[in-house]
Amino acid sequence: MFVARSIAADHKDLIHDVSYDFHGRRMATCSSDQSVKVWDKSENGEWHCTASWKTHSGSVWRVTWAHPEFGQVLASCSFDRTAAVWEEIVGESNDKQRGLSHWIKRTTLVDSRTSVTDVKFAPKHMGLMLTTCSADGVVRIYEAPDVMNLSQWSLQHEISCKLSCSCISWNPSSSRAHPAMFAVGSDDSNVTYGGKVQIYEYNENTRKYAKAETLMTVTDAVHDIAFAPNLGRSFHVLAIATKDVRIFKLVPMRKESTSTGPTKFEVQIVAQFDNHNSQVWRVSWNITSTLLASSGDDGCVRLWKANYMDNWKCTGILKGDGSPLTGSSGQPTAMSTVVGSSVQTSQNALNGMSAGRIGKRAPFAPPLRQLTSPKINQHPAYY
Amino acid sequence: MEEVDVEPAVTNIPAASSGTHLGFAWGPGDILVYETLYKASGTGSGDIHEVRKDEDIYSPILRKLFNESHHIFVGLQTIREDLPSKNKKPQFVSISKNYRSVIRACMEELQQVSILLAIELIWNLCEVLFIDAAPAGSLLLHLLDWVRLHKADVDEKAREVLQSESPAEHRDYWDVPGGTQTLTEFDVKWRHWHEEVDRCLQDNSFASNKHLELICKILVGDEDTLLEHKDLLSTWYHFLVTRLLFCHPTVKPTELHYYAQSCLTMFLDSRSVPEPLDSILLAAFEFDIHQVIKDCSIALNNWWFVAHLTDLLDHCKLLQSHNLHFGSNLREFLLLEYASGLFTHHSLWQLAVDYFDHCPEFGRVYLELQIERVPLDTERKALKVLRICEQRQMSEQVRSICKIMAMRALRNNRLGSALSWSIRAKDAAFATLISERFLQDYCARGTFSDLDLIDNLGPAMLLSDRLTFLGKYREFHKLYGEKRFREASKLLLSLMTAKIAPRSFWMTLLTDALPLLEQKEVSHHIVRYAVYGQVLSL
Repeated sequence: MFVARSIAADHKDLIHDVSYDFHGRRMATCSSDQSVKVWDKSENGEWHCTASWKTHSGSVWRVTWAHPEFGQVLASCSFDRTAAVWEEIVGESNDKQRGLSHWIKRTTLVDSRTSVTDVKFAPKHMGLMLTTCSADGVVRIYEAPDVMNLSQWSLQHEISCKLSCSCISWNPSSSRAHPAMFAVGSDDSNVTYGGKVQIYEYNENTRKYAKAETLMTVTDAVHDIAFAPNLGRSFHVLAIATKDVRIFKLVPMRKESTSTGPTKFEVQIVAQFDNHNSQVWRVSWNITSTLLASSGDDGCVRLWKANYMDNWKCTGILKGDGSPLTGSSGQPTAMSTVVGSSVQTSQNALNGMSAGRIGKRAPFAPPLRQLTSPKINQHPAYY
Repeated sequence: MEEVDVEPAVTNIPAASSGTHLGFAWGPGDILVYETLYKASGTGSGDIHEVRKDEDIYSPILRKLFNESHHIFVGLQTIREDLPSKNKKPQFVSISKNYRSVIRACMEELQQVSILLAIELIWNLCEVLFIDAAPAGSLLLHLLDWVRLHKADVDEKAREVLQSESPAEHRDYWDVPGGTQTLTEFDVKWRHWHEEVDRCLQDNSFASNKHLELICKILVGDEDTLLEHKDLLSTWYHFLVTRLLFCHPTVKPTELHYYAQSCLTMFLDSRSVPEPLDSILLAAFEFDIHQVIKDCSIALNNWWFVAHLTDLLDHCKLLQSHNLHFGSNLREFLLLEYASGLFTHHSLWQLAVDYFDHCPEFGRVYLELQIERVPLDTERKALKVLRICEQRQMSEQVRSICKIMAMRALRNNRLGSALSWSIRAKDAAFATLISERFLQDYCARGTFSDLDLIDNLGPAMLLSDRLTFLGKYREFHKLYGEKRFREASKLLLSLMTAKIAPRSFWMTLLTDALPLLEQKEVSHHIVRYAVYGQVLSL
């Protein structure tokens, strides 16, 4: 892997979240500087900041995009105990020429009495629904019944999880085979309080969410949680960022026809990685759920992949090098240029290959002269 | 089978300071990485870095490889299953050669020797050993071709030197096995000849001519002599084939690995470590297809090669006999990986669709997930994506894409476009909403926009009541404009009585009726209008 491009984010303080939109052409960033910025990717791949505005009166923890079926809509949540919904207004023509757009606040959700730690839109087949969780241990689900009027949101559900909440994740599956479901993680560090991950499921009869499962084996603070895209499987896969990276499989057990309670699950642990050797703060799946990324206290991002035998392995590490921008060859490089990736790029010179991508795998080509090559260190296509 | 322990590659992210955390966000084809701190305290700002896999999909030359191999792939999938295998084998060999010729065509364009050379080398060997499955006798000839082809690619100069001792010369020395004689006959003859030459060497018959003596030593495959001339045989597999040629020309496929291993060992000096390519070739000589695929997956960071080769081997039914239930899963796994990689490219994603189509277990769901994410930059592109979804009855994706386009049009106040996308999405609610807008527009401005669209709604009009009303109301205006007052009035009345008119519009309808009442043909409608007006006032 290599750094293809670097973007000067220009926030005045720490960036807490970066979120791509659905099509990968726009991104939103939020920061302790209380603002959100929206960036658009041009045809040549360059990012331009098209909007930047103050959103809250405290650090903004997360920012997230609604599905484009609902238009251009963002939600943010903050230390200031609120969450907000923003909509892009199609601007004046001279604004467009200057590449600017305007976002206006459609609503502020003020129900939380403490910092709002996460905000997520529910899967689109449920309509336009927004979920927040707070340090006060409450999960709130809001709905906008009229998608053309984003200033009207009603609080549909208020769920008390009893422990301080740090993260939520909806099961993205729209299959009719199972009801809507989300997971909540708690960063409460008292291990005697039991399971720090709770799974809630919607009940058609009571029209309420009920707790279906608590993962009792997760006793340490949970910082992030992520359901994997479903891929038509009958079971669910959930990744958790806690003192290590854990991947769980939740297999729904067959329901009795008379049973009206939530589904019972068989919970299996699929993988557990402590390579970060420290707290893991974020986990997130790629679109096809073939890769999981995690970020830890060790300052690294690790990529995890399962081979076709379902064995999980770390297939890449992104590591902050804690030094000013220099290429690994020791030459200083300008911003926004291709920076060499791993330290083994000097291989290219040895075999007289071109600097193109192909050349980077030079050690593998048949020898022109008799060279010995070290073990392949390029990013392997792990199968 | 042993798991090769490969260390994960480390990529350095330029960070302004140490001790920070790295945040990340998955994107299509890349991952954004930025400095942050997950504990609340601390300040700082920084850059966002776009991190990507080294990927060949951005290479214009390899694009040709991807395009042409896609064509071959699709052709391979459509070979009829019910043909007897002896008819299929030549087809498979031909397909294998097609793939290889595509590789060679790309090699020609890439000026320098590259990974493609290694790929072609391995593929060629796999074709000889697995697909063509050359038996003893012709096996060696195939291997000779293999080595010679490769040599020609790599080293012009070496070829010149080689020609002076070219196997071809010697090949003419005796009849080609399988031509006019059986393998056994050939073997006997060859052994006889070999003994002759050996005896001559022992007798020192050639002592006077060192050069001739050297040649003879080579001809009998004298190991030491061959090893002395190692530098002419730049690789151990060339050494292997040469040695086989002179020592065991009737080598059987099953004996190959023994010779291969010993040649590799002899050829490398004690300090050398076998390279990945060597292990792969060795695994091929051992007929361990699974190991070949696995080693290639690890050594190459592009899925193209393993995906296409495995697919071909699977069609030859070589994976199934070799490995149990995961034979076809492996094929699908690799194809899915390859195709997913293509999907992030702005034009190659269309090739990926065919690959997903031929992955029976997960192809469809992978396609559904990924095709939704294709950016709908232009209407043309959106229509292209839609066509693909419609062809596969991916109705939810069709609906979603149309809805996205409709929403986008509505936000930009392009009501006609929004309406036509809503109709295509069969989204009644949205169609109602947009019809309302049209009607509001009419009330405000007195005219309709997008008349063409509304006039030509056809049966689509029935999607929603409001849309029907819109269409019919516009029709009323047309009739009035054409002075067909009787029909206009009839239509207007039916609109009132059918109750599809929105409440907000009733006054407008009555007002529309007023000028009509002045027309003689319509006067008998007065009573009905009056009744309607009474109903309204209640």
